[in-house]
Amino acid sequence: MTDTTSSDGHRRRGRGGDGEQLTVPPADFSSYYGRPVLKPPVWKHDIAGYLFTGGLAAGGALIGAGAQVTGRPELRTVGRWTALGGVTASTYLLVHDLGRPDRFHHMLRVAKLTSPMSVGTWILAAFGPLAGVAAVAELAPLLPQHGVLGLARRLAPPVGHAAGLAAAAVAPALATYTGVLLADTAVPSWHDAYPSLPFVFAGSALAAASGVGLIAAPATQTAPLRRLALAGATVEMVGGRRLERLGLTGEPYARGRSGRMITAGRVLLTVGTAAALVSRCSRLLAAIAGAALVASSVATRFGVFEAGRVSARDPKYTVVPQRERLDEKNGPAIRP
Amino acid sequence: MPHANALYGPLDPAPDAGYVDAPPRMGFFTDTSVCIGCKACEVACKEWNLVPESGLDLLGMSYDNTGALTANSWRHVAFVEQPRSTGQEIPAFEGQPDGPSVSPATAAVGARTSSDTGTDPGLPPGSPAAATRMSAGPEFLGMPGAQPPGRGSGAQGRTDFRWLMMSDVCKHCTHAACLDVCPTGSLFRTEFGTVVVQEDICNGCGYCISACPYGVIDQRKGDGRAWKCTLCYDRLGAGMTPACAQACPTESIQYGPLEELRERAAARVETLHERGVPEARLYGEDPNDGVGGDAAFFLLLDEPEVYGLPPDPIVTTRDLPAMWKRAGLAAMTMAAVTVVAFLGRRP
Ligand code: SF4
Ligand code: SF4
Repeated sequence: MTDTTSSDGHRRRGRGGDGEQLTVPPADFSSYYGRPVLKPPVWKHDIAGYLFTGGLAAGGALIGAGAQVTGRPELRTVGRWTALGGVTASTYLLVHDLGRPDRFHHMLRVAKLTSPMSVGTWILAAFGPLAGVAAVAELAPLLPQHGVLGLARRLAPPVGHAAGLAAAAVAPALATYTGVLLADTAVPSWHDAYPSLPFVFAGSALAAASGVGLIAAPATQTAPLRRLALAGATVEMVGGRRLERLGLTGEPYARGRSGRMITAGRVLLTVGTAAALVSRCSRLLAAIAGAALVASSVATRFGVFEAGRVSARDPKYTVVPQRERLDEKNGPAIRP
Repeated sequence: MPHANALYGPLDPAPDAGYVDAPPRMGFFTDTSVCIGCKACEVACKEWNLVPESGLDLLGMSYDNTGALTANSWRHVAFVEQPRSTGQEIPAFEGQPDGPSVSPATAAVGARTSSDTGTDPGLPPGSPAAATRMSAGPEFLGMPGAQPPGRGSGAQGRTDFRWLMMSDVCKHCTHAACLDVCPTGSLFRTEFGTVVVQEDICNGCGYCISACPYGVIDQRKGDGRAWKCTLCYDRLGAGMTPACAQACPTESIQYGPLEELRERAAARVETLHERGVPEARLYGEDPNDGVGGDAAFFLLLDEPEVYGLPPDPIVTTRDLPAMWKRAGLAAMTMAAVTVVAFLGRRP
């Protein structure tokens, strides 16, 4: 094994893109005692959870605004509370994952376009308060009719409407920047998937938030959610169809624990969407469909997260593609 | 106006970071052909920089028990035994029967070991499959025998072999992914063109750790922050040589202005080629490579991956504009399908 053109004289690795070859036979490669070249991500499951809650918040805000504009008050309330709940959980998870949680505000020292985490911090900083105002405005009917609080009661709806629309304007950025957050790393399976991840996450966010809406909103108002779940599923499936076909670095999306989570996500997404479409007359079926959609989003996020960790831990995913690239450029390696 | 090569391609990083009249870019040239694996660099670095102890376990894979660069080991001496000659014209055991000194099974066990370095992810176990795959071929890499070749096994069993040793360190990349992605501005570019973590700023988000294409930077447990080589920023400021280069007894680690080091390295490769060591090659010296060249570069005697280095790293931020474009497209799709879903007719 003096170079990566293996001993039987021809290249053993199939190239990505042909769609047929999902499993790639192991290529010969050198490593330092099998040790990883990269440092696997130190992010805990907090970050996988955040991928889910952040997407849920974004989807909730969009649903809230859509319901607000089309006059579906109960659905609007559900959307807004989903957004606030999601963004609150997100903030907690993000701060909790830090090595120094007491220094979370150091993120606010700078704004850097080259750091998706910095961009994301500012997106969250904009989204959080807007989602909060929109949700709290829903409490207006609880206030007394008269006095100062009566004034607040009358002011709350328009303020909430403005905040709700503004939150919805930021929401798509919140749901999709996380794709860049993962891709802008040296982690092979995340980086190579950069064209797909934002679409997978956008679709998954819509599916999850539609799921919550199907569970919590009255059936008379959920017609748009059925269409939205279908749209989200389509975006996720079409955007994600290339994940396993990336060649060697697509392997973790198809195999092992991470592969099983991705598959589970897709099955749940298909089942949930199908159930949602026929759930108009059954409250129970709608709730089941909603639960499947939410679960699908969780599975997909954890699956993508895990796939990246797997690809960083095995030197194969780092060395083989780089060696192939190098050999294409310079001809096969010279070994003494 | 950012430089056209701000994310990728040749660049002088200190002026690009805004320094006026920056001193020349400084770096390390690590010539592994004269490294004797004494680990004086590891020790000197720990002493000067007050780096905590990083575990005293034996890893059982070679004479390298540090294992990797971590937050608690800013220099790491890699050690590799290979059953072939050191590059002399006449190999020491030419004509003698030879073969691998240790079985693939041993290599697989070695890959699974770990040591508590006090850092995260520190020194995670490797892939036994990868270790076995290598040792099964003629290019065996594994735990060296405890005795000189032939003493235990008799002449029939002895092998021709060489030892590769390399002192690894942060590369202080021209395009440093760690610095690009740091959301707090803790990682910064010094006037010498090096890359340094500010320990009073870092909040331990861990982004730099996933971004580094060389697996250098790491998080210290308990402390929570990211740590790595500073190229002895404090010593540089005082006009002194970094501790590791100062301590290296064979001048395997050379410190100086990068331009000068590059010339010296090219001359050294030429000399080695003349002396019959055709496998000598430079790693990380090319300003046109995927990270715009490293300020800490190496002379190697085998492929980079044999030493645990990525063969052709590319800074992840090269593709960042394309990534933001995809995210923008996905965001617009998301907004559009929501509008369509709500515009549909009422049931
Ligand atoms: S990317 Fe890695 S090697 Fe390059 S400067 Fe940062 S820590 Fe060092
Ligand atoms: S861990 Fe510290 S140095 Fe690394 S990216 Fe986060 S804040 Fe910056």
